[in-house]
Amino acid sequence: MSGRERSDGPAIAYRGVTYTVDGGRALLRELTLEIARGETLILLGRSGSGKTTALKLINRLLEPTSGEVIVEGRSTLRWDPIRLRRGIGYVIQEAVVFPHFTVERNVGLVPDLEKWPAERIRARVDEMLELVGLPPAEFRSRYPNQLSGGQRQRVGIARALAADPPILLMDEPFGALDPLTRAEIQREFRALQRRLAKTVVFVTHDLHEALLLGSRIALLEAGVMRGPFTPAEFLRSTDPLVREYVAAFRGGEAESTA
Amino acid sequence: MNVFEFMMKDRAEVSTLVLEHVWLVGISMLLAIAVGLPLGIMLTRRRWQKPVIGLANVLQTIPSLALFGFLLPAPWLGARADRLAITALTLYALLPIIRNTYVGIAGVDPAIREAARGMGLTDSQLLWRIELPLSMGVIIAGVRTATVICVGVATIAAAIGAGGLGEFIFRGVAMVNNQLILAGAIPAAALAVGADVGLGALERRLKARW
Repeated sequence: MSGRERSDGPAIAYRGVTYTVDGGRALLRELTLEIARGETLILLGRSGSGKTTALKLINRLLEPTSGEVIVEGRSTLRWDPIRLRRGIGYVIQEAVVFPHFTVERNVGLVPDLEKWPAERIRARVDEMLELVGLPPAEFRSRYPNQLSGGQRQRVGIARALAADPPILLMDEPFGALDPLTRAEIQREFRALQRRLAKTVVFVTHDLHEALLLGSRIALLEAGVMRGPFTPAEFLRSTDPLVREYVAAFRGGEAESTA
Repeated sequence: MNVFEFMMKDRAEVSTLVLEHVWLVGISMLLAIAVGLPLGIMLTRRRWQKPVIGLANVLQTIPSLALFGFLLPAPWLGARADRLAITALTLYALLPIIRNTYVGIAGVDPAIREAARGMGLTDSQLLWRIELPLSMGVIIAGVRTATVICVGVATIAAAIGAGGLGEFIFRGVAMVNNQLILAGAIPAAALAVGADVGLGALERRLKARW
């Protein structure tokens, strides 16, 4: 998305978006939401709530049945999907790093597609690996099967950031990690996000993660959104469904400290 | 005189027939790959998997001698025995190549495909950079199966005068001479085993790194 006009409006906006699958079941109903530049918006919800659907509408892996999704001032349907996606980092669960590429080729993939010169790609790959805490000399030429789950996830993040996209989409990126690694990588990601100030849309079912990373939290249930709330608003909310989440979360906290 | 002494004595003819055999199989395999690989790829993009794989399945079930016979009256093909043999062998080799190409690509983890699409790869970049490299092991396995089948079926080509190691076998059958049969069968078996081992090694090397 290099050369795109920098409008003053929100980075991403859903305007009355409904997404229906064949057979008429609506996975997302009348979603209206604006995501500001540089914020981390959490899409929280249980599986099947429509949060991944909402995410995939942004990089046009899905197209709205009605309504529109605006990215950088333009409807996704008016973007060339390839150009749109090259400007949006995408990290999904299990960090799908390509198993037949070394770490270097994985991280350098989008710059390579964008035909950056080799020298610049190499420098950028090293910079990105440093950024996510993987010393380049040690990790550059490894294959994904020679990495731990946490390291693969870091490579996934480095890859998503490599072409310096203004927007980052993350779909339960830390869901498959063990609790210790997850906590560590969540803290690192929060620090990273403060430095880079990307617009991040982050899907999770974990309220702890949502409160830790989110500037605002949008709760999805059966395709309908509540919120968005700031973390403080979320904890104070009187909405029965929000209270359920908070109660389950507090229960979990109590159990783990008991 | 045992069969090896016999083969040594006739080594000029043995090597001519081996070369003919390798040539028949080699050209047929090149053609089958040139047709089968793009066809297999197309099947992953279109919705004709069933009819095409069905047709290839049917071709495979035609007895080889009958297939050579069917093709005999064909205008351009029937004019030369080697053309005809190569056509028949190519048809036999197609199924494993088409099927493995299709299965290999269709078997790539959907999450990988989605990640690649989400990163902005075009359809052809997805194919060349992700899908083909990841399914190359399965595709080579198909080529390997097809090659072994072809080496065997190519012995039948002698029945229509296309040469190859089948010459010895048919002559041996006609003359009730086991040595002659073995002089054709042993090198043919060795070729099949050699192709199998060689392509097997290639298949493993492709997967060695990941």
